[in-house]
Amino acid sequence: MSRLLQAIFGRLPIGWLQLTHNRTRFAAALAGVAFANVLVFVQLGIMNSMGAATLRPYEFFQADIMISAGDSNAMTDGGNVARQWLLQAMADPDVTDGMGLFLANVAWDRGEKDISLSTFGVDPVKPGFINPAIAGDLALLEVQDATILDRLARGLTKEEAAGVRPQTPLAFEAQGRTLVAYTTFAGGGGFGGDGYMFVSDQTFLSLFPARSSAAPDHILLKLRPGANVEAAIARLGRLISDPSLRIRSFAQAAQDDLTYQQTRRPTGIIFGFGVLIGVLVGLVIVYQVLSTDVADHLREYATFKAMGYGPGFFLGVVFEEALVLGIMGFIPGLIVGTGILSLMGKITTLPLGMSVSMAVSVFIGTVVFSALSGAIATRRLAAADPADLF
Amino acid sequence: MDSKNILEASGLNHWFGTGDARKQALFDVNLTLRRGSFTVLMGPSGSGKTTVLTLVGCLRAVQDGQVTLLEQQLNGASEAELVALRRRLGFIFQAHNLHESLTATQNVVMGLQMHRGVSDAQAQHAAVHALGLVGLSDRVVYMPGNLSGGQKQRVAVARALVGNPALVLADEPTAALDKDSAAEVVDLLKRMGAARGTTTLLVTHDNRILDRADRILTLEDGRIVRIEDRG
Ligand SMILES: Nc1ncnc2c1ncn2[C@@H]1O[C@H](COP(=O)(O)OP(=O)(O)OP(=O)(O)O)[C@@H](O)[C@H]1O
Ligand SMILES: [Mg+2]
Repeated sequence: MSRLLQAIFGRLPIGWLQLTHNRTRFAAALAGVAFANVLVFVQLGIMNSMGAATLRPYEFFQADIMISAGDSNAMTDGGNVARQWLLQAMADPDVTDGMGLFLANVAWDRGEKDISLSTFGVDPVKPGFINPAIAGDLALLEVQDATILDRLARGLTKEEAAGVRPQTPLAFEAQGRTLVAYTTFAGGGGFGGDGYMFVSDQTFLSLFPARSSAAPDHILLKLRPGANVEAAIARLGRLISDPSLRIRSFAQAAQDDLTYQQTRRPTGIIFGFGVLIGVLVGLVIVYQVLSTDVADHLREYATFKAMGYGPGFFLGVVFEEALVLGIMGFIPGLIVGTGILSLMGKITTLPLGMSVSMAVSVFIGTVVFSALSGAIATRRLAAADPADLF
Repeated sequence: MDSKNILEASGLNHWFGTGDARKQALFDVNLTLRRGSFTVLMGPSGSGKTTVLTLVGCLRAVQDGQVTLLEQQLNGASEAELVALRRRLGFIFQAHNLHESLTATQNVVMGLQMHRGVSDAQAQHAAVHALGLVGLSDRVVYMPGNLSGGQKQRVAVARALVGNPALVLADEPTAALDKDSAAEVVDLLKRMGAARGTTTLLVTHDNRILDRADRILTLEDGRIVRIEDRG
């Protein structure tokens, strides 16, 4: 390590030697940096997983444009959209197909613990709107009370899920009705429910008699291949006379939902804040270590100043220390962070885990912020006046 | 400037503090150092010896008077020029000021590394050689914490000398040393002066050193009151 640093800096690795001289303090400093890293990793992991969970339902569908109520910030909230706008939209030359999407939570009554399923009511004869992994089974939903069940739903055992086939359907009680799952798909538990379920719009309406076929939650539209989505949206805006509706590309709707979850919802804000706290903790720890180190070595630094070392040298030493702390603190931080996230993932069945992009960005952040604290700590060097040495 | 002189200072006045606390520490000090000479500066405590050393060593700005060091005017020199000049000086402080986390050799290497174009291997070699000159061949990988006071001061001497400085400035380098170590350090400085033409300006209260000096200057209350040439 010492040799490596010597080769990099072209001088004795003073910073490294100085940091490692006092092993206890060095270990404590690394633990501090690692702790800050773990903090950031856990918060980011939860945030990412919230993001993934938010985007997950959008992956079940294939559409170009989504029309939603004005107060619909997320797929799962907001009012209904009148079905008449679907018919209106079909008048546009580029719109080739449309489907109303119904959406509500269904509680699968399992005695001691219900499974809450985010349930989509879709038109079973329009597989084009559904992810190909599910679309092939869509026709099964034409039978009344038939469902396609999320085999990854929280609370559902693996064996139970594996047994669900068209030949061996699984009947269960929900909302006072008996539903029959004919097959399964890979959904995944999110923050809003334990899992997902597909039913036909007819079945949906019998589950929720208060809902009307004339008012789905969203309207999905497909455009002719090669059509300009933005231009179509603009035309639809003129065609649809209700200005309160949100007419967005499907991708934009997903992005808006994500932004909303991360910046407007308390959970998103709390975890975003947690990341900030982690960064600040790291910054303060590295600053504290480096500035104490500078203060402890003022005489030596003053001696070097007297000997003719310039400001670049001192900045280099402090940067060297910052890099050593940042890099060596990151490694245990990464290991512990990965462990905690995968443990949390196991316990919550949320998609929690370390990702390469997360590790890389936290690493870069750690190095940058360490260098920043180092730069602040060098201000203390001004106090090293060689004239006071004699 | 006489080319035999490495330093010429004339009419040096120096003040510390501001306002009512302003106090003059040096009065019209004149001083020349011949190349290769060994000059001792003595005088009672508070007489201004250290102040002279810090001015000559480019560690303090000259307030009044002329100082020419190594053919360069110190008055009005830029900070970068002063730093460059300091690289040609060797400093020995009363405290050794060794870096606790560097070995003896690494400490001495620091005395070379501010010069560009010195390879690691060269620096290492020169440092070990310098430690040999101060009689520490068997201590090259020791940390300062494991050296005696005299040994530490000798490492500091090696650090000051390894870069072949034109002028060595030493402020009571032997104060912390026992009689034998003190004599050793002074002899070493003298020998280096003879062998390499290094000039030494040494502040001391130590009478044992006086008989080794080429010239003795005595300061009292900021004024040079006696100049004694020997040899
Ligand atoms: N940084 C400073 N600020 C204010 N006054 C100072 C400072 N340094 C020195 N002085 C004053 O200047 C005068 C000369 O001090 P100097 O340190 O040069 O004396 P000295 O001969 O080296 O003494 P000693 O033998 O005790 O080291 C003293 O009166 C001292 O109090
Ligand atoms: Mg003094």
